[in-house]
Amino acid sequence: MVRLIIQRILSSAITLALLTVFVFFAVELLPGDTCTAYLGRDAKGDRLEICRENMGLNDPALKRFATWASGALVGDFGVSPYRNKPVSEIVGWRMRNTIVLALSASLFGIPLAIFFGIIAGIRRDKPVDMVLSSTSILAMTVPEFVSATLLILVFSISLGWTSGVVTAPADAPIGVLLGSTILPTVALALVFAAHILRMVRSSVIDVMESEYVAMARLKGLPFRWILLRHVLPNSLLPAINVIGLTVAWLLGGVVVIESVFNFPGLGRLSVDAVADRDLPLTQCIVLILATGYIVTNLLTDLASLLLNPRLRTFRG
Amino acid sequence: MTASTAPLTRRRRMFPAWFRDVLSRPSGAIGLAIIVVHLAIALLAPMVVPYDFAAQDSKAMFADPSAQHWLGGDHLGRDVLTRTLMGGREAILVSTMATGVAVLWGGLFGIFLAFAGRFVDEASMRMVDALLAIPWILFVMLFVAGLGTGMGVLIPILGISYGLSIVRIVRAAALDVVTRDFILAARARGERRSVVIVHEMLPNVLDTLAVQAAMTWSWMLLGFSSLSFLGFGATPPTPDWGLMIADARSAMMVSPWPVLAPMIALSSLIIGINLLSDGLAKALGVDRMKKSAV
Repeated sequence: MVRLIIQRILSSAITLALLTVFVFFAVELLPGDTCTAYLGRDAKGDRLEICRENMGLNDPALKRFATWASGALVGDFGVSPYRNKPVSEIVGWRMRNTIVLALSASLFGIPLAIFFGIIAGIRRDKPVDMVLSSTSILAMTVPEFVSATLLILVFSISLGWTSGVVTAPADAPIGVLLGSTILPTVALALVFAAHILRMVRSSVIDVMESEYVAMARLKGLPFRWILLRHVLPNSLLPAINVIGLTVAWLLGGVVVIESVFNFPGLGRLSVDAVADRDLPLTQCIVLILATGYIVTNLLTDLASLLLNPRLRTFRG
Repeated sequence: MTASTAPLTRRRRMFPAWFRDVLSRPSGAIGLAIIVVHLAIALLAPMVVPYDFAAQDSKAMFADPSAQHWLGGDHLGRDVLTRTLMGGREAILVSTMATGVAVLWGGLFGIFLAFAGRFVDEASMRMVDALLAIPWILFVMLFVAGLGTGMGVLIPILGISYGLSIVRIVRAAALDVVTRDFILAARARGERRSVVIVHEMLPNVLDTLAVQAAMTWSWMLLGFSSLSFLGFGATPPTPDWGLMIADARSAMMVSPWPVLAPMIALSSLIIGINLLSDGLAKALGVDRMKKSAV
């Protein structure tokens, strides 16, 4: 058990290390560097030299990687040439806002998805299932920016229930921020809840077809008893891993959704950073979001290891 | 003798069996129909559209649908119908070519890894896993930040990015094949590795690859449109659905048509491709979501 846990943690650490190498050297291998991106592609002469000197770009690549990676470990991502501020300072509040958005979308979307997934699973091929399944497919296929814009059109413009764009600044107190986070939360939850719903559904169907459920039914146990004792524990355990994986959609979706709603988080910041060709800032955001993905997956892995005794003996 | 001639002469069919199977399923037939309509519009649009896609007519600004402008005009007074009909051309071109890149490198590299095994396989899969931890949109944006945008950048980068998950899936499918006897036989015959990969391995993972290709196509279209929406895909004044939605969004309360028309066009094509890949998956027996109701 302990060995397995250590194994998972080590493997995540290796993934993270590889990721850091990639994020640094991908930019390194591209033509140009931070300074040519900042000053324009055909910049030359003194300005370019001064900029390179200031950014330390004249050092060998490995040395710069060491500086960058060790800085990243303690949260220091260097200075953004475009914004002339430390990257960590620019990122700080926005990271909190994105975490708030992601958490509220998870808290809203995951229980809802599990609930409807179970209903669709036990009412398989009935009208309820048809409606739920096709709705979830629709939510998965329609692009996030389309569904988000539709939400604004319906709930903000037509019905006037809530404001369509977030006007709160990045450092607004959480209470203020949450007030205008409703639509972004729903838009974000929609896509990844659909994935979880489908997984839970097929997992419930698998368990419903199992012999021990058939046995329980033949014994004449009441249905809610079967559901609570047999179906739910056995079908929700595999869903935990899926929830971890859908976080990838969540984190990618953040970029688009935040832009649609003008939400002051990391996703919209990344769009601004790319538009300004601010490489240090872009690298930092990519690393943060990818780390978020790896850590969530590690946590869900460990959670399912803890909750599901059958996994513990696997190769252990 | 009045013997029937049927059993002996096999009727020549126009389409192979798997294709007829796809068409016989509602999802496959509807999906294919939607795609064909979209492709036809994309090809024929420049010849049939009523207006120049960039022509601005101040009288048509925010115009409601009318006899002159069936879907009204946008914030610059351009004809929405014209721009919607033309709006899929670049998206379809880029997403199709990028899908080609993804399938080609993902498929071949996946098979190669299953074949190579051991250290190469282990190390490469570690790297693929690490790269898959980056949400695709940030993966692409990291390169756009360094290289700028444009088809020459987006096609290879989108292809590489979406090919990563194809590597995983094809490798898994190929691992099943690689231990079979006919592969052993081919190797024992002394066939070159490239010959075994192309002639023995590839045909056996082709079904998986085809389904993945169809799904990748729809993700790619979604991906390119999202990039356009964010300002990193098509460049103005190119009519492009993602870009049109982004442009017309701020005036949604005045006139919803410039937003709704490209939305419907884009969503219908993505849904069409998804339906087709669903039909394909069922016809080829590589169902991605078993027991699905729809």
